[in-house]
Amino acid sequence: MNVKGKAIKYGDNIDTDVIIPARYLNTTDKKELASHCMEDLDKDFHSKISAGDILVAGNNFGCGSSREHAPIAIKESGIALIIANSFARIFYRNAINIGLPIIECPEAVADAESGDEIGMDFNSGVIVNYTKNKEYKAAAFPAFIQAIIEKGGLVEAVNADIFGGTK
Amino acid sequence: MNKPMTMTQKILAAHAGKPYVEAGELILVDLDMVLANDITAPVAINEFGRFGKEGVFDKNKISLVMDHFAPNKDIKAAEQCKLCRDFANDKGIVNFYDGGEMGVEHALLPEKGLVTAGDLVIGADSHTCTYGALGAFSTGVGSTDMSCGMATGKAWLKVPSAIKFVLKGKLNKWVSGKDVILHIIGKIGVDGALYKSMEYTGEGVAELSVSDRLCIANMAIEAGAKNGIFEVDDKTLEFLKEAGAKEPVIYKADEDAVYDEVYEIDLSTITPTVAFPHLPENARTFDQIGEVKIDQVVIGSCTNGRLEDLVKAAEILKGKKVKKGVRVIVIPATQKIYLEAMEMGILKTFIEAGALVSTPTCGPCLGGHMGILAKGERAVATTNRNFVGRMGHPESEVYLASPEVAAASAITGRISEPKEVM
Ligand code: SF4
Repeated sequence: MNVKGKAIKYGDNIDTDVIIPARYLNTTDKKELASHCMEDLDKDFHSKISAGDILVAGNNFGCGSSREHAPIAIKESGIALIIANSFARIFYRNAINIGLPIIECPEAVADAESGDEIGMDFNSGVIVNYTKNKEYKAAAFPAFIQAIIEKGGLVEAVNADIFGGTK
Repeated sequence: MNKPMTMTQKILAAHAGKPYVEAGELILVDLDMVLANDITAPVAINEFGRFGKEGVFDKNKISLVMDHFAPNKDIKAAEQCKLCRDFANDKGIVNFYDGGEMGVEHALLPEKGLVTAGDLVIGADSHTCTYGALGAFSTGVGSTDMSCGMATGKAWLKVPSAIKFVLKGKLNKWVSGKDVILHIIGKIGVDGALYKSMEYTGEGVAELSVSDRLCIANMAIEAGAKNGIFEVDDKTLEFLKEAGAKEPVIYKADEDAVYDEVYEIDLSTITPTVAFPHLPENARTFDQIGEVKIDQVVIGSCTNGRLEDLVKAAEILKGKKVKKGVRVIVIPATQKIYLEAMEMGILKTFIEAGALVSTPTCGPCLGGHMGILAKGERAVATTNRNFVGRMGHPESEVYLASPEVAAASAITGRISEPKEVM
């Protein structure tokens, strides 16, 4: 397992305005952004989370603005993985580009409850809910995306000339 | 022989240097324009240093627009704009807009002729999809993508499949582009076009002004789409010529291109539409709207802050008074629009009616400044998002509507259709 942690679950259409409200976008300080993460939806989010926890959500997670501050705030809060039914596309790109693993797996989302112990192996795409004693297989990342994640983000991938072979 | 492609796929193929691209394929594309604002550029600029590159890929193909928290709303915002200004100076970036040259980015770029038909544009702002109205492929990305774009002139994209909207008929009086897009999002939902392209075609397109098209393409992201795009016609070409844009390249979808879904939309059946809190998909027409009292009206933003929008709102407010107790904030989207509205006497109409007129800014649209809502307050806004806390307190509410509905509501103090006051 690459990650193993406690689940915290939210619903559908969690938008970037609740992930990090615009009133805090006058900074790029990661710690400060993390301290306000999710506060309009769940003001105790910051104190509830410990490093390595797993965020679980429904459809269209991260919809709304392109602010990269949203995945940054989540990553900096200590969240090690997001499992959702689906992601909004800009959020998806941003998470990949900054090296925050995110995966779509509706079956795992359906069973998960806040507090469940969940783990994932990135290579096999296998997700395990230890509390419910269930195993799921998520679709693996396309090779191109996996390469970006492996390098640790888009900047590193570009520096390693990962784009060379795609054209 | 090549397989058929959608309009979007053709633009992507051309920019990937390939004869054909397929939905789902990951490609690397050459960029014609890379955009960011005072919120997203600082993150991109911080990243830029990590590329180990001195200069940007092309000084003419980057636009930095200080619009969200500008004119600088506080010290931190001022520092962010300064970081952008210093970067622009240092790298010789030509299209840097601030102060007296400013405007809301997605109104500004088309106006300045910085985008043309057939272009491929990415922007670190989700409403970058606006330029699809001009027959360009444009989409929102994040700051790291933007940074990579500035350094290399390239971006990775997944080729989208598409939904086709065939428009027919003609809009009724007091109905405009905003009603069309709220109607569509109400129908397909906020993730109805997730990862996809929304292509607009049909004889109804010709009936829409370029301003209406910009508004409709602007909100493609509110249906989760990668881009929204309109077929190029004479109106587009005239607009591009007037703006001094470079020579357009016109792409047309193949007749037998494959679409995931096709919707036929008769523009003449659309009536004024309002999206209730807290999602743009909560669209209601006036037969479903009861008495909703309001505290504030905002007319502006990249969705509806163009001259045509202000003209329509002023037509409704002319010689009338804003309801006592309602704050009405009008924000022309660019300095040029501001000046034209002033010369036409429209700003006078607003002020005489009891509205206030602000210098161009995103301001209240994202809950930044210039009109933040208190707990429990309600606003009718011509903006594009009504998420929890979008315009201020988490317990405030935003109702999305056209400039026409916003102006009518300003007079009555509750959500109203134009015909109530005209
Ligand atoms: S006006 Fe609103 S939606 Fe448009 S760019 Fe500004 S903040 Fe974004």
